[in-house]
Amino acid sequence: MREATIEVAGTKLGYREAGAGATVLFLHGAAGASWDPLLDQLSGGYRVLAPEHPGFGRGQIPDWMMSVGDVAFFYLDLMQALQLRNVHLVGHGLGGWIAAEIAVRNTGALASLALLAPAGVETREAMFDDIFAWTVEEFARRQFHDAKLAQEWQRQQAELDIDIGLQNRTALARLGWNPRMHNPQLPYWLHRIDVPTLLMWGEDDQVVPFGCHVPFKREIRRAELVALPRSGHALPIERANEVGTRLDAFFRGAKG
Amino acid sequence: MKTFFFHLMPYADLDLSYTERHNSAWVTLPNSYFDRAVGQKLYARYIGELELADQLGFDGICVNEHHQTAYGLMPAPNLIAAALARSTKQAKIAILGRALPLVSNPVAVAEEFAMLDQMSGGRIITGFVRGIGTEYFASGVNPTYSHARYYEAHELILRAWTEVGPFRYHGRHYQFDYVNLWPRPLQQPHPPVWIPSQGSSETVEWCASAQRKYTYLQTFSPVKSAKKAFDLYRQVAEREGYESQPSQLGWAIPTYVAETDEIARRELKPHIEAFFNKFLHYPLEMRMPPGYSSIASTKSLIESKFAFRMMEMTAENLIELGMVVAGSAATVRERLAAYARDLGVGNLIAMLQIATLPAELTEKNLRLFAKDVMPYLREEGARTPRRVAEPATP
Repeated sequence: MREATIEVAGTKLGYREAGAGATVLFLHGAAGASWDPLLDQLSGGYRVLAPEHPGFGRGQIPDWMMSVGDVAFFYLDLMQALQLRNVHLVGHGLGGWIAAEIAVRNTGALASLALLAPAGVETREAMFDDIFAWTVEEFARRQFHDAKLAQEWQRQQAELDIDIGLQNRTALARLGWNPRMHNPQLPYWLHRIDVPTLLMWGEDDQVVPFGCHVPFKREIRRAELVALPRSGHALPIERANEVGTRLDAFFRGAKG
Repeated sequence: MKTFFFHLMPYADLDLSYTERHNSAWVTLPNSYFDRAVGQKLYARYIGELELADQLGFDGICVNEHHQTAYGLMPAPNLIAAALARSTKQAKIAILGRALPLVSNPVAVAEEFAMLDQMSGGRIITGFVRGIGTEYFASGVNPTYSHARYYEAHELILRAWTEVGPFRYHGRHYQFDYVNLWPRPLQQPHPPVWIPSQGSSETVEWCASAQRKYTYLQTFSPVKSAKKAFDLYRQVAEREGYESQPSQLGWAIPTYVAETDEIARRELKPHIEAFFNKFLHYPLEMRMPPGYSSIASTKSLIESKFAFRMMEMTAENLIELGMVVAGSAATVRERLAAYARDLGVGNLIAMLQIATLPAELTEKNLRLFAKDVMPYLREEGARTPRRVAEPATP
């Protein structure tokens, strides 16, 4: 795995890259960028690109970038700058929201779209709890189905530089404070997504409730839903094997 | 020194055992704790206390804004100020302050203040704040735009007060094609502006700049931090080429006067402890929403347990830290006079009703303060050894 930075539309972006083959562009969730077990697994068969969203980590978010829609346009610029074609776009949580906002704007560079428990769309029956009111302990507990993994994740977070945690939360608030972690307009544009789409969701997700899959499934014509029993939100860590295997099969099917 | 009576209008009947079931007196404490009939009684009582202060000769009476909390029942402080504009005669009415970033229409704030200025015969003092962290949960406003919205709204309000309209204002957060205030404020060039804060150096520097010379008000903090903020104000003034006056500084502090030191401490103890431990009670996540402060100041707040009041405060250590003044009239006036001299502060904002402090003790406090402390402080102010030069703007 190598780390690099690229400047796109005047904004510096850090990313990690590993593997060779068809391109998988992975967009991380609210917890911030990390090289999760899922990325390791995918890099065995694909060229995996995992950027750190503007404003996360040590990066700066430009003043003009005020919404997830702005971030989506930025990533479309990134794909153009890197001359990416036939991209398998994968997003988790916040990253899933960004991925959906990219795909409603332009699927020209995409071969497929995989949304892992994406934020961005809320239903009256399945509203999000307030992520900004959670302590680190509660955030950890809610992400994982397995309490041991939650503790382990929390231990790792405590070792990180406190600046990075604060920076991540600030960037998340910029994009997702109001409306809380969703865009009420997004459901009206989901029908524009015309590439094969895979929705994967933990049935016990305590961050983005499982019930939020309904509008995605209904509005995206070529969407298929995989519900994972006994699973929480942190799919790229907790269900890396299963998710990786399913993604691989999905990418193969979506090639043509 | 001028003396002001500051009222938070707390929900004094709060069931203090709420902490066994809830972790905050702000935003998430269910309003089933609010008894409607008690509410009516408290508003009548509190407005009466502010009116009494006017009759007792206080230089001013102060209200402020907080949302969805037992800490203060004034989500719309201008409503209280409007009632006081009619029922009081001489005291200044200070609204400390409106939380600018929370509003979607700052022109409405300029309008309301202009109305109050007219209705009170030019007796209002306006205040601009950002609101504390919890207000961003209550209002939904994005805390990462808190500073930007504050500065934009402030600019827009000042222009609305002072420029001939209509004019156009197209900011990043606020856009208006017609700004044309009817009524204009009575006071010229505009009502005085006071800025309450807990000592952020950015705020102090902004207030002290020669183009503003806003009165800076240090709120509920140890005397050491107040001194630091006031010294910074004077340094900035000097750098900006003018000498700051005591009238440009204010200090807000809970104050309690009784017959003797012993009685004062005994009577105040449960109420001041309730104030700091129960009413000013919120989780860290709500106090510091992301982006509300810079990463550096958020970090220093997290690292200083004190700032989050994680420790249980006692009346004794609050008095020790200089966060409260309590005692006989002689003790209180000596202490406050000493602070006035040491801090060079010309406005004392005394909070004389505190959390659960009942009506009888509040009235006793007001009367003793007015009779045996206030006159002394007024003279003390006159003796403050500072050269006098009127600031160019309020």
